[in-house]
Amino acid sequence: MADEVTRKAVSEIPLLKTNSGPRDKELWVQRLREEYLALIKYVENNKTADNDWFRLESNKEGTRWFGKCWYIHDLLKYEFDIEFDIPVTYPATAPEVAIPELDGKTAKMYRGGKICLTDHFKPLWARNVPKFGLAHLMALGLGPWLAVEIPDLIAKGLIQHKEQQNNS
Amino acid sequence: MTTVEELKLRVRELENELIKCKQKRCAEEDAGGNQMHHRPRIEKMSAEVVDSNPYSRLMALKRMGIVEDYEKIRTFSVAVVGVGGVGSVTAEMLTRCGIGKLVLFDYDKVELANMNRLFFQPHQAGLSKVEAAEHTLRSINPDVSFETHNYNITTMDNFTHFMDRISHGGLQEGNPVDLVLSCVDNFEARMAINTGCNELGQIWMESGVSENAVSGHIQLIIPGETACFACAPPLVVAANIDEKTLKREGVCAASLPTTMGVVAGLLVQNVLKYLLGFGTVSHYLGYNAMQDFFPTMAMKANPQCDDRYCRKQQDEYKRKEAERPKQEVVVEKVEEQVVHEDNEWGIELVSEVTEEELKAASGPKPDLPEGITVAYTIPDKEKTVTPAGETVEETEQSLEELMAQMKKM
Repeated sequence: MADEVTRKAVSEIPLLKTNSGPRDKELWVQRLREEYLALIKYVENNKTADNDWFRLESNKEGTRWFGKCWYIHDLLKYEFDIEFDIPVTYPATAPEVAIPELDGKTAKMYRGGKICLTDHFKPLWARNVPKFGLAHLMALGLGPWLAVEIPDLIAKGLIQHKEQQNNS
Repeated sequence: MTTVEELKLRVRELENELIKCKQKRCAEEDAGGNQMHHRPRIEKMSAEVVDSNPYSRLMALKRMGIVEDYEKIRTFSVAVVGVGGVGSVTAEMLTRCGIGKLVLFDYDKVELANMNRLFFQPHQAGLSKVEAAEHTLRSINPDVSFETHNYNITTMDNFTHFMDRISHGGLQEGNPVDLVLSCVDNFEARMAINTGCNELGQIWMESGVSENAVSGHIQLIIPGETACFACAPPLVVAANIDEKTLKREGVCAASLPTTMGVVAGLLVQNVLKYLLGFGTVSHYLGYNAMQDFFPTMAMKANPQCDDRYCRKQQDEYKRKEAERPKQEVVVEKVEEQVVHEDNEWGIELVSEVTEEELKAASGPKPDLPEGITVAYTIPDKEKTVTPAGETVEETEQSLEELMAQMKKM
């Protein structure tokens, strides 16, 4: 599934209870509250572990999410905007996280900059419906993707550190 | 000094300019200039065998006794969701067959990376797929009505509109379409179509090509009667490739015009048989390109399906079946029925997974015919032990307060 660190981080994210999607009215509000509670806990955990690496916020309906994620490589911080929509079939299907600015730079992306997750992610998500939420998506989807792709993109010179880029 | 950023912006501006010019030229061609190649509309399909009759070879199907009433094709409206490698070819085949109306959905644009597949041409790069497709298809057969929607069906607003068009986009505005064809390339969109069709009781056909391009399938879904897309984990045609030798490094998907063309052909063949009532309509037909093997099966709806509208449709179907007067069975169809209950516990080999994880994660494997398997298994709900970790704690905080708290972090 994943390395020890990810495994531990995931086990400390609270699981969600409400099986509800954006087309349900009141139940979706309950699910959204749980999503936020889990996300807040996960960000707090990350801060405690000195591994704070993303922020997320949503529109008031909770159907569109956006934020930032960052990755430290050779003591330099690389920051990217992230965004995704909650699909109508959520939580049966996980949202597709996009990093639009990396679109076209790596083959491990679908059109629009949607990250291409490993073969293990979908079965893992399907087996944990509705307990997994957006915090789990971050920890098991985006996190491992960044850890593999960003160092590779830096090595290939496809992304530059923003300050260095401005200096040149 | 011009910076790289400024130049990039300029390139984008020029690209957009070019697309606009192309669209303008296409519109002009439509308006006139190119009329030599555009035939007028034909009011009634003729069976006359002359070089100028585009329907003569199709109407010959009647004379040969294959199809009873071929003209009926003009009364049908078919929605094609996803106008890519499979969907575009599907739409072209239906257009050439003289279908009454096509409703096309796709949010993507034509790219040069699509040129290993059929239908689209390099000069269409940058145009939306539905727009480019409508233009080509209309010139092939002006008798067909087209309706196009350039959006992603899985988001909230679009999905509502999508449902509305499925239930009202028939040949006669207000009537539902006769059939929905799923030609999408991802699980999320298939689930969205499944959700919509279960709610509307809309019959649809699903199609797919594997990411390694060497297998594919088509499936007929009659809500409440045959298995819906959520009744079982996704079915896959076993390609008999050793997982260890399958290299996935650095790519998400491969594609071949051959496999996509074959699957589109199988799909439209099933559509024609279903709509025009000839031959046997396949419930599930797989295509394994490595061994040239075509497994088939039929699968009943799962009473424990997670989709509540699927379960509702099943109740409805049972009620209707009970009400229907018993008919003499003329020919007993021998098809393997796949039952979900009481299945043996199959253990799948998944790399990078520990023994315990594997034990906890694998579920019963449905009994499937040779050559068809599931993409993964899901453990029985009752038997599942909640994985380590606690559930979210109840708090008094409102959603707005939580949103504000998250924002301040």
